[in-house]
Amino acid sequence: MRKKSKIIASSLIALSLFAAACGSDDKASSDVIAGVAFDTGGRGDGTFNDSAATGGEQAASELGVEIKELEATVDEDRKANLELLVEGGAKVIVGVGFMFTDPMTEVATANPDVHFGIVDSVVDAPNVSSLLFAANQGSFLVGAAAALKSETGHIGFIGGQEIDLIKEFEAGYTAGAKYVNPEIIVDVKYLGPAGDNSAWGNVAGAKEIAAGWYAAGADIIYTAAGGSGAGTIEAAIEADKWAIGVDSDQYLTSGDETAQAHILTSMIKRVDVAVFETIKASVEGDTSGGIKMFDLSNDGVGYSTSGGYLDDVVSKLDEIKAKIVAGDIEVPTKP
Amino acid sequence: MKNQRLQRVLVTSASSLLAVFVALCICAVILLITGKDPIQAYSTLFGAAGDIKVLQGTLNRATPLMISAAAVAIGFKMNLFNIGVEGQMRVALLATAVAGAAVDLPAPLHILFCLVVAMATGAIWAAFAGWLKVKRGVNEVISTIMLNFVALSLVAWAFDSFFTADSAPGVLLVKTKELPPSAWFPDIVDRRLNGMFFIAVLVLVLFYVLVWKTKFGFQLRASGANAGAARVTGVNPKRMVMISMLMSGALAGLVGMRALLGDVHAYQNNLAEQQGFNGIAVALLGRNHPLGIFISALLFGYLGEASGRLQLEDIPKEITTIMTGIIVLAVVIINEAVKRWDDKRIQHKAALALATRVVAQ
Repeated sequence: MRKKSKIIASSLIALSLFAAACGSDDKASSDVIAGVAFDTGGRGDGTFNDSAATGGEQAASELGVEIKELEATVDEDRKANLELLVEGGAKVIVGVGFMFTDPMTEVATANPDVHFGIVDSVVDAPNVSSLLFAANQGSFLVGAAAALKSETGHIGFIGGQEIDLIKEFEAGYTAGAKYVNPEIIVDVKYLGPAGDNSAWGNVAGAKEIAAGWYAAGADIIYTAAGGSGAGTIEAAIEADKWAIGVDSDQYLTSGDETAQAHILTSMIKRVDVAVFETIKASVEGDTSGGIKMFDLSNDGVGYSTSGGYLDDVVSKLDEIKAKIVAGDIEVPTKP
Repeated sequence: MKNQRLQRVLVTSASSLLAVFVALCICAVILLITGKDPIQAYSTLFGAAGDIKVLQGTLNRATPLMISAAAVAIGFKMNLFNIGVEGQMRVALLATAVAGAAVDLPAPLHILFCLVVAMATGAIWAAFAGWLKVKRGVNEVISTIMLNFVALSLVAWAFDSFFTADSAPGVLLVKTKELPPSAWFPDIVDRRLNGMFFIAVLVLVLFYVLVWKTKFGFQLRASGANAGAARVTGVNPKRMVMISMLMSGALAGLVGMRALLGDVHAYQNNLAEQQGFNGIAVALLGRNHPLGIFISALLFGYLGEASGRLQLEDIPKEITTIMTGIIVLAVVIINEAVKRWDDKRIQHKAALALATRVVAQ
């Protein structure tokens, strides 16, 4: 039930955002079938995967495409699911997550007339759009925001699996915080080693770490660990400190007033936009592949201001953002 | 004698079939409750069998399950519960990926070398748990579970620190150096069914011969059935624990080889994940018998293969997970019930025979 209402809430939000952005209300209809293939542990995380799902739902209502979703349970499912979507007549298929790299290379090569998209990875085939995000840039901004808002000069970062993808978040966050305040203390901890899938849903683990850091003087903690982030928010509520969300605007997706009072900002990674744009391009006949970079310059990543907690530092953050876009600040990708 | 054995086989198979049937009925109720049409769901589920690709996929998915179930079952035969197949598999995967990429051998030898390395490293990792049990009396259930965590972390650390090869720019999927083609296990059906399937069948055949047709197997089963009695007949229980743990570990090492040698050709995080754990359920359902394991591995493989089709019909993928869970539970419960009924029947028969003899006298 909770999962469902979350999905509905996030899709409503995305819909309203999109309607505002485009102003197009008439429902186009098309007979295109679009597939979204989720990785293991897919939907219901309130962040990354649900954001991708939102993109699909958007495509369904805006473009009238039929969306077919498949979620993997084990290794073998990734390729099998991509093939099932092809067999099911999908003309455009998005794989959510870098574990789809190899299976998609294989299936895309075998089906050159189907358009594919892959989130967070690069597949070198003419019919695959590789959807990359400069998560380090967005993280740099929330790191800067944390340093500007921290009263204790002590903040934290909790990562999911200790893999390069998440290390980019850490690197950007730490660099952003140090850019504002070189003296700042940044605690860093990961919930599990590479390959430990429980790290994406370890609410209790994140809560324990966060509670410890809050007690030790940290006042803002950024969590890039999928569903585990809920633990940090719980700890922030109990300690009356700040949490920073990830991927989706968790102020909006949490939909709970007590939580909202403790979510300073969220690093936004517009997976929904990437999924939607890929399907849209395909519907409009552009099935060319290649790397599509989503970064600060095209608002593919960014930070949320819901709640208005950052109102006093937004101008400073926008200044930093402009410098990153202009290339004056180089954001590291490795801690 | 022969008649009795046939009867037992019939009773066992019938009870397993009954368990599957009961599980299907329970799942139908669950489907009804969640507002789905069970008839449509089952026609999709069983209809998938008409697709040759599904059947190839089934055999391919069953391959690691058969091996990991055999690894679990060989422990079970001796009342050892090796839950550490996952960890043993993981250690073997990385070791084999690294060793296999480091040597240069002609094709069949290179594959053989990889399989031997996998079995050796799996056995070494399992030996820790065996040693702890023999020397320190540590329950193998606890030690193997703990060693799973150690293996996962150790392998992740070693892989990340020493063995990652450079990947293409933008690709976050890191791997070890790719194995040379001479180490690739050939496919039966290109990219659909790998030849490791034959190795898995061979493992089950050897398992049968070893456990039921050799002296060692007899000792193994004897110590499993009654450790005290076996000791009296001169079987060293500690030695048996160590040997069966080593064999279980060696098989565990082979579990990931279809994924490594037959598919990805390099180690990466999450490679073959869960295959070690899933073997436990397959062994339970197959009642630790090679034929039972073969059939239940096929069933699990088929359910996995059909799960995607059910999702396309808007039936959540959790339904197939629930179904496998219920099947295993049903098997355990129904087996116990049938065993009690069977015991009672035999007792009754014996009592009758005794009574007639007494009367005759």
